[in-house]
Amino acid sequence: MSIIGRLSTAIGLFLVAVALIVWALVSFLDPGTPGGYTDYTVGHSAGAPVSVNLQTVGSIGNGYGSHPTWVSYMQKDPATGKWIHDTSMILPANSVIHMTIDQYDSGSPLRNQEWGQVQGTIGSDATLNGKSFKVYDSYTGNGVGHTFAVPGLGVSVPLIGVNGNLTNICAQAPCGTLPHNVITFSFRTGAPGSYNWQCFVPCALGYLYGNGGAMSTLNYMGGFLKVVA
Amino acid sequence: MTNQSDNSTDQVHHLRRMTLMWVILSVVADILFSIFVAPHVPPGRLTETAAKDQTDFNVLFEMAVPVLFGVWIYMSYSLIVWGDKRNSNQAFSGDAARTNMKTQVSWIVVTSVTVLFLAAFGTYALIVDHGSGGGEGPNPAFAPSGALKAETAALVGKATWSPGSKNVLPVQVIAQQWKFTYRYPTFGGMESSQLIVPADTTIAFNVTSLDVIHSFWAYQLGVKADANPQVNNVAFTTTKDPGNFIVRCSELCGIWHGSMFNNGKVESQADFENWATTTEAANAANTALLPAFAWTYTPDANGAAGGYYPDGTQTPYSTVETYGSKQPS
Ligand SMILES: [Cu+2]
Ligand SMILES: [Cu+2]
Repeated sequence: MSIIGRLSTAIGLFLVAVALIVWALVSFLDPGTPGGYTDYTVGHSAGAPVSVNLQTVGSIGNGYGSHPTWVSYMQKDPATGKWIHDTSMILPANSVIHMTIDQYDSGSPLRNQEWGQVQGTIGSDATLNGKSFKVYDSYTGNGVGHTFAVPGLGVSVPLIGVNGNLTNICAQAPCGTLPHNVITFSFRTGAPGSYNWQCFVPCALGYLYGNGGAMSTLNYMGGFLKVVA
Repeated sequence: MTNQSDNSTDQVHHLRRMTLMWVILSVVADILFSIFVAPHVPPGRLTETAAKDQTDFNVLFEMAVPVLFGVWIYMSYSLIVWGDKRNSNQAFSGDAARTNMKTQVSWIVVTSVTVLFLAAFGTYALIVDHGSGGGEGPNPAFAPSGALKAETAALVGKATWSPGSKNVLPVQVIAQQWKFTYRYPTFGGMESSQLIVPADTTIAFNVTSLDVIHSFWAYQLGVKADANPQVNNVAFTTTKDPGNFIVRCSELCGIWHGSMFNNGKVESQADFENWATTTEAANAANTALLPAFAWTYTPDANGAAGGYYPDGTQTPYSTVETYGSKQPS
């Protein structure tokens, strides 16, 4: 090979190596566009309340990834009205959020009954099928299926279970008219920031202490609230 | 002979010069440090433990400074005064290095004394400050007086602490994935997401977990104790003035570990009493549903019939012997 040929090969390989390094660095440093955030600030006028609708399902079923048996939250996309398998939201700061959660899963006693007490909501209460409550005794009735909790905002609400002996418990999201409880509550978002929310019922069946699997995977039993000004 | 005595006067001369530089620099540096830096050294002075931690850091630093300057001054002095001359054309033209028994012995003695002093000082601080805010396990070796009495009373639902009482206040720290909650046996065994403690009070933190290993780290309080399931890990500290602090989990515990923190407050005894009684009343309905106060709780990971909980009764927890006394059955 001629000198020119060898030189251009060397330079070419060098440039490829540099490009690879730059690409690796950039993709490592760039957090990317966070996927799966549902934006509730679109068309939102300052100070107006925001409505969010979630549902919890005992097993998400086919059509939402590789874990059809996992327990999961679902979110109703405010733009399309469709139920989506995303649990992160962009919410306006200093606003009231009206939350409605349709709970389709059965329940059990809480590991820590502390989460049976409604906390951090406006009025320190929530409603269960239209009836206000402040404390739910998880050792009675159908127990608690999941909780919706935002530790950074002090919010925690128990989601009361449906009768576990029913034969028509929803096993394929979205759940529609199958047996469920409707829990509503309102809370304030406060200052801008990123908050996580999670369920405090160790509901990941088959995992150590029930806290692996769905409890430890984004879009199942937890997500982020990005509160923006 | 003449040469020898010349040499020794020379040595004394060098030593005197180095010592003078060393003393001046060390004293100036230590004074500047203690005025401008020492009061701001973390973890601050929110508790006796934190204050002593700060003092310990400052003592260590102020002892390290003379050692540092001793080494630097001797090294620079040797390089400048005894080094090879720049225009020399000999292979080795600087002063020959010689052993000096006195220097060697002094070096070994001084460094040994320094290290041994710090070891003794550290041990003293550990004992006098009742474990210095570290978790001491279920049977603390260094418990402040009255701690066992207060803790035993707590177990049977009796309060020993009240404003001005100077008694130990037991507070239980319950870690779970992914949040700390706090139980106050002195106030009806109520549980709260908030950690508020009274000023000028010795607190016995009883740290445990409902699932995996976490760690209760209240940095500004100078307290750090692992939270193990089925273990009561006791850590003591005595609060000083009111102020704010942050609690973080410092044991990697899963997906939301990074979010496992909360703010805490040291409040005046009156404010604390007010908060505690108000919260006790507000939480009464839920407190009635909590398991009886115990040092540890044992959630059943497997349970019957595929559940995650032992039996669905009001006592999903087992008893474990800790802190020198059995739990009520
Ligand atoms: Cu859950
Ligand atoms: Cu943790």
